[in-house]
Amino acid sequence: MSTLNKTATVPAPREGAGHTGPLLEVKDLHVEFHTRDGVAKAVNGVNYSVNAGETLAVLGESGSGKSVTAQAIMGILDMPPGRIPKGEILFRGEDMLKMSDEERRKIRGRKIAMIFQDALSSLNPVLSVGYQLGEMFRVHQGLSKKDATRKAIELMDKVKIPAAKARVSDYPHQFSGGMRQRIMIAMALALEPDLIIADEPTTALDVTVQAQVMDLLAELQREYNMGLILITHDLGVVADVADKIAVMYAGRIVEQAPVHELYARPAHPYTRGLLDSIPRLDQKGQELYAIKGLPPNLLKVPTGCAFNPRCPKATDLCRTEIPALVPVTEQDGADLPGRKSACHFWKETIHG
Amino acid sequence: MPDVTKTATAVEDAVAPPSATEPKGRHKPEKARSLWGDAWADLRRNPYFLVSSVLIAFLLLVSAWPSLFTSASPTTGDLVKHFLGKPELGNIGSEGWFGYDQQGRSVYARLIYGTRASIIVGVCVTAIVTIVGGLMGMIAGYFGGAWDAILSRITDIFFGIPFLLGAMVVLQAFTERTVWVVVGALAFLGWTQMARVMRGAVITVKQADYVHAAKALGAGTTRILFRHILPNAMAPLIVVATIALGGYISAEATLSYLGLGLASPTVSWGVDISTAVDQIRVAPHVLLWPSIMLSLTVLAFIMLGEAVRNALDPKLR
Amino acid sequence: MADFTNDEAAVAAALDVPVQRGEPILQVRNLQKHFPLTQGILFKKQVGAVKAVDGVSFDLYQGETLGIVGESGCGKSTVAKLLMNLERATAGEVFYKGQDITKLSGRALKAVRRNIQMVFQDPYTSLNPRMTVGDIIGETFDIHPEVAPKGDRRRKVQELLDVVGLNPEYINRYPHQFSGGQRQRIGIARGLALNPEIIICDEPVSALDVSVQAQVINLMEKLQDEFNLSYIFIAHDLSIVRHISDRVGVMYLGKLAEIGTDSEIYDHPTHPYTQALLSAVPVPDPQARANRDRIILTGDVPSPANPPSGCRFRTRCWKAQEKCSTEQPVLAIPERFRGLDTLAAHESACHFAEERDVVHSG
Repeated sequence: MSTLNKTATVPAPREGAGHTGPLLEVKDLHVEFHTRDGVAKAVNGVNYSVNAGETLAVLGESGSGKSVTAQAIMGILDMPPGRIPKGEILFRGEDMLKMSDEERRKIRGRKIAMIFQDALSSLNPVLSVGYQLGEMFRVHQGLSKKDATRKAIELMDKVKIPAAKARVSDYPHQFSGGMRQRIMIAMALALEPDLIIADEPTTALDVTVQAQVMDLLAELQREYNMGLILITHDLGVVADVADKIAVMYAGRIVEQAPVHELYARPAHPYTRGLLDSIPRLDQKGQELYAIKGLPPNLLKVPTGCAFNPRCPKATDLCRTEIPALVPVTEQDGADLPGRKSACHFWKETIHG
Repeated sequence: MPDVTKTATAVEDAVAPPSATEPKGRHKPEKARSLWGDAWADLRRNPYFLVSSVLIAFLLLVSAWPSLFTSASPTTGDLVKHFLGKPELGNIGSEGWFGYDQQGRSVYARLIYGTRASIIVGVCVTAIVTIVGGLMGMIAGYFGGAWDAILSRITDIFFGIPFLLGAMVVLQAFTERTVWVVVGALAFLGWTQMARVMRGAVITVKQADYVHAAKALGAGTTRILFRHILPNAMAPLIVVATIALGGYISAEATLSYLGLGLASPTVSWGVDISTAVDQIRVAPHVLLWPSIMLSLTVLAFIMLGEAVRNALDPKLR
Repeated sequence: MADFTNDEAAVAAALDVPVQRGEPILQVRNLQKHFPLTQGILFKKQVGAVKAVDGVSFDLYQGETLGIVGESGCGKSTVAKLLMNLERATAGEVFYKGQDITKLSGRALKAVRRNIQMVFQDPYTSLNPRMTVGDIIGETFDIHPEVAPKGDRRRKVQELLDVVGLNPEYINRYPHQFSGGQRQRIGIARGLALNPEIIICDEPVSALDVSVQAQVINLMEKLQDEFNLSYIFIAHDLSIVRHISDRVGVMYLGKLAEIGTDSEIYDHPTHPYTQALLSAVPVPDPQARANRDRIILTGDVPSPANPPSGCRFRTRCWKAQEKCSTEQPVLAIPERFRGLDTLAAHESACHFAEERDVVHSG
């Protein structure tokens, strides 16, 4: 593997380039949790894919299964109580769920890295950040302590931490929230992975810092030509950086679309409801549109379309039959590439 | 700190809230479930709890009415049976099955009557240290400042005294060491642990928003302490107290063994172990039976404590 | 303004006088809260102070919603606690109907609490998990028995549940049996129970899912009309604050940077911090986003224990000059806008205040 300063200008050629097709593909993934109140179906058949250099945003509220899917990809799901009864997670065409623990561990960190919401609890408080960053190189690449520290400083420069050299031996609590999140990003980047999964990376940060961190992440992704899965509940954050969006509800993807089209013409009542329920910054507005009812209880997901009890368009069909995720087309039947909706009445929703 | 606090883990993310999905009006008969009720439901299904509680119930019964279990006297010996100590294995069910001790007293009767001393010491010491330590911890934790500084330093001083060594020194001062003297000595040194646990729990709970909410409504200190703080800070105290109870019982036995706790004519397992050691080669069974009883009792309380911990631990909920 | 008297009954009586719509109901003057930093175990020695709130003044008018926005650590939540008397102010006054309430205690404070209530941020920690919903809301009547006679309380609690859109039959349930949005409704019902005039909301929807946020915001607006409430709405989400507020104050490091009507602040901001804050808000509209003016601030918020001299924002400000480090700007209508008929003429604490529209595209 090439060193960081070499890759600074030219994207490194990727290993396993022989594989054509998406970098990561999730196929019909199911995850359930066995609790004492019953079986919670957290993920119910999710399909999505990410290419190198592409950003997929997975949007959903708490309980939508967006984080659980990511944890299943990373292989950090607590099992038990979690269980994956069905599905495939293909990384460069190979099913990670069928791999041995050893093979998976080799992928984790080196090929797929993860950034968490809470940087403070993800970093070890008793080790300096330089040590923790350098550890990646010492363990995975067998570098000496001195070289590892040099690399750690390079990484800290890369994520734009001011005075990296002076701060390399500082401890996590000595950094501000935004700086800690940068350290997390540096750690994820250390081994130049092919794919980064960022789970609510800016949720815990202030607005002014959020923008800095999001910009950094997008810039590095372009530079390294990585795939990025961005998991978030914030429709605003997504709008800035994503190429395509998958909206999740009750463990299923209900809509998939390129970012601009989703905001301009949602094809699922849930997406439309979400967009309408956000107040605007540039005008005062009237009473907010509110999606009625409550997010679903995963122990008792409604029959048919899970959104039906909250949907203004629901009919008897919605209460009995689960809508499939089908391609969405223009009114005249012309293709809308990359667009799919899991609504019986997507036509009325997007065109009506 | 973050304003959007969604630190929910995967599992919580997936199963929270196990609440009403049903819209208003179409209500389902979901029953009110208090946290104590949930903990109790958990406990009832825990085999450790079942085993230990049956054992403890039995021990309590024995210590309350020992005469229900034996008609023999623990203190009058029949010297004819002196050193006929070997258990009569053929005689299962009879008192002779446990054998007789050096002075010809029934080992079985002494086991039965010795239970009371252990249980009284365990239960009373625990009750005193929980109330005293809990109160001290609550005052230190809630009022903070000078209260905390003074009470915590006193706690630290007591905590610095080695428990058994301290108890030995205290007991030396008494010529007549009844059960109540032993209880007093152990309680005198044991409350610090409870005070520390309680102080920590109270400090955590008092920062909760519901305490602020009660203050904002104008609730007085008494109401806040006993309605809001105590019920939420009690769980760790209960767990520690249950486990400590077993410890106090074994402390009493240890002290009695060393000749600094209870002494004849008081009947106690510790006293019996102490006298039996002298005849360990001739009559090992005299040592064996009280040792088994002691271990079982301590084990029962530790098991109960573990079961209660599992039921009350909010992380598992 | 009336003098502070020690006659608690008189104070209590004075608080029952209604305030006309449009009159100030709450006047905050130079409010300060410094948390001492101490060293030592038994004999503590003060070695400094965290100036969480350092001289904040504003008025709340009857029937309006005043939004207070700012980033974490700016002191907005401490302001809420000071207004509620959950923390004692280091200096400054809060006049409620002319009475300074920062130094009240006992019966007079209890009387004030009937009229000023609070809704908390986290619906998971703001309800006592060991009490039923009925007990949580009903407790207010135990504390203030004059509000509802004993036999009437259960019915009153059920009424309140109905008002906030919960099934009154849920009265015997425990908080963990409800979802986040439902819990926040319970918190609101508790705040309403005493029929207060002012409700201080500290991030009331930030812990809720997007689809539930809108429900709670609508409920709060409905209740405001129904019960003639005045709100102080503290939040970090600028879009929600604009939606619900009549006037907005922007806080930075313990001080107000700018205050004005929603249109003055959002459409005609003059303080650089407000402009940066607004421009950083991610907007769920990629088209508009591309054309918007974006200001990305460098660095982090300085520590409130050791704030910069002069203007507190100068360390991150692109306009900062010598004057900013020596002279503290006061919160007033900037000279250049004074007397002009423009929405830019509102209070802004900047030496070099100028208008810049960062919200509208194009």
